[in-house]
Amino acid sequence: MLNRRQFALGIAAVAGASSTFKGAAAQTGPIRVGFLTVNSGALAAGGRQLEEGIKLFLKQRDNKIGGRPVELIIADTAGQPANTRTKAQELIERNNVHVIIGPLAAFEALAINDYIQQVGIPTISDSAAAEDLTQRKLNPWFVRAVSSSAQPAHALADYAAKTLKYKKISIVADDFAFGHEISAGFQRVFEENGGKVLQKLWSPLNVADYGSYITQIDRSADAVLANFAGANGLRFIKQYNEYGLSGTIPLLGHMTTIDEGILKNMGDEAKGVVSTGWYSAAIDTPANKEFVAACRAEYKADPGYYTLGAYLSGIFLEEAVKKINGNVEDKAALMKALRNLDLKDTPAGPIKIDEYGNPTMNIYIRKVETVEGRLMNKVIHTYPAVSQFWTYDPKAFLQSPVYAREWAVKN
Amino acid sequence: MTNTSRITTISVTLLILALAAPLLLGQPFYINIGSQVLIAAIFAMSLNILVGYGGMTSIGHAAYLGTSAYVVALLTLQHGFSFYSASAVALLVVVIMAAIFGAIALRGTGITFLMITLALGQTMWGVAFRWSDVTGGDNGLPDIKRPDLFGLNLVEPGLFYAVMIALFMVALAGMWIFIHSGLGLSLQGTRDQPRRMGMLGHHVWLVRWIAFIIAGFWAGVAGIAFIGYHGYIHPLSLGLANSAEVLLMVIAGGAGTLLGPVVGATIVVVLKMVVSAYVSRWVLLLGCTFVAIVILLPEGVVPGLERLLKSILPAARDDGEAGS
Repeated sequence: MLNRRQFALGIAAVAGASSTFKGAAAQTGPIRVGFLTVNSGALAAGGRQLEEGIKLFLKQRDNKIGGRPVELIIADTAGQPANTRTKAQELIERNNVHVIIGPLAAFEALAINDYIQQVGIPTISDSAAAEDLTQRKLNPWFVRAVSSSAQPAHALADYAAKTLKYKKISIVADDFAFGHEISAGFQRVFEENGGKVLQKLWSPLNVADYGSYITQIDRSADAVLANFAGANGLRFIKQYNEYGLSGTIPLLGHMTTIDEGILKNMGDEAKGVVSTGWYSAAIDTPANKEFVAACRAEYKADPGYYTLGAYLSGIFLEEAVKKINGNVEDKAALMKALRNLDLKDTPAGPIKIDEYGNPTMNIYIRKVETVEGRLMNKVIHTYPAVSQFWTYDPKAFLQSPVYAREWAVKN
Repeated sequence: MTNTSRITTISVTLLILALAAPLLLGQPFYINIGSQVLIAAIFAMSLNILVGYGGMTSIGHAAYLGTSAYVVALLTLQHGFSFYSASAVALLVVVIMAAIFGAIALRGTGITFLMITLALGQTMWGVAFRWSDVTGGDNGLPDIKRPDLFGLNLVEPGLFYAVMIALFMVALAGMWIFIHSGLGLSLQGTRDQPRRMGMLGHHVWLVRWIAFIIAGFWAGVAGIAFIGYHGYIHPLSLGLANSAEVLLMVIAGGAGTLLGPVVGATIVVVLKMVVSAYVSRWVLLLGCTFVAIVILLPEGVVPGLERLLKSILPAARDDGEAGS
């Protein structure tokens, strides 16, 4: 048979035979982890960072979790929902994995949401942020290692209104669900604190030139909020600077607008951008310093959204496996442990899973500065233990429809 | 036995073996792959009516599959329709859509036709992507339940596969009847000699328009099977990439042959879904496969193999119809 794409180290020589055992020899075989990522197509850059994150995690532990060797089976979904389902089926039905980490895109996670419930397989999301996965489309087999889309946006809105004292803000954002959700979340909290969103400009995901959007920006705005994913933030900020706006209207951003994954390719134009996120490579804790050093040693780059998303998923799995004494064959117990995690000291700070499967975690307000000779998102303020519902009552929050493009504050 | 009838026997045997293969491999994973191959095959056969028999290259065909899937999803999720009544409405919608789009696209031929179908297809993608209040936008529409059939729960992969085989057989038979019907024959006439057909009194435009609607109808059937299988629909499913992929299936397998699109669909789905588990650069492999087909079997796999078989088999008098 051809080279199987099984990234198996250590004692995983058993791997070849293990799939025929079908886990009958409980506690002795490896823990089989299915890893859904994207190696081809437009999302491949993020997919590569996800893979780096999980590989670093396993390397640091000699490929063992809770005393058992790990067999990591990586599957490429190509970022197409129809493929994602087939790849999930492959991992579950053919490789008999005990747990799935992934997939990357929100629509991929939604595409397999019913399937993972139907077969009952613990799933840790290392990237997909869609609000409804832990809100209105609850799945008892799902837990998220990253924040929901709007979770950091609520905090940024609070910071912009109360600390920065901004009154009027223009939003430019990617025209897809992630962009809609973070923009609406920001608008809600910002306007409830006396601010006003002047305009929301939606640029298509694959737009080549932001010029026509930048020229539409209302010059009376106190600040511009840029909500982008992938490499779009990089291109937008460059053009924002070229149009001479960097010095005149301050720029705010979401975590992914100025993620460490693209920050390394930016220059002085990024300096001073204030953004919000559940992580920064510049967080000053021993746990994070150790993680960043390991990441830099391995990949010569600071970890960002995807790298830490996958790494945190590894931590989630490890903690849950320890709690159930390595018996991952008991999927219900594993899922219960995952849904009740209470981690004190991760690179992103303390994390507690709420009853909907979403982490309550610190949200960091960051500002781009030169630290140790490179650009970093320096933490200027920390909102501790932020819930996906911000300060709202979860029941009332879930009554209103999910954040969308045309979301408006109901009075 | 003539060579043609031998080749027919070989084709039928291979088809039966291929349909049984997922069951012999046993695992639900392979049975699910089998279902997906059949859905792709119905989809590719529908495009083959235009590309193969009508000589009209459409690159917006995924719009019909996607629209039909969206209609089923919306009606079952938001308006309380059963899967089957929603499917009936979906087919009606797709037929009307094909009638309108056909009337627009058939104002041109060749490249013009191709560009108009591309534009119409992308319009539908744009609607699905941007009208997020209704279509869910980029989040798509999840959680469409598979229906029961005669009290049997189709969530079971084997049962679903059996239904897909039945549906595929109906589509295959429908396709055979169509290409041998007067309409199908005049469509092939308009492909080869549109002016002569006009001179002979055939209404070329009308023949093409009806073919366009029939192609849309079968793509709609594929769309219903698609949503039944996946339970999820996303704008990507009616986008350009999907339209191009199904066109590749038709061309690689052999446009204008009954089984060509089926073979093409099998090649693409198996490479995408199965081989990608073993080869990380599977996209490259897919590309190389197409290049190899174009160089070695430029007319497509099915007609190409038929040619090779005929040259290998002992020369008997061949009085059957040739190939197509």
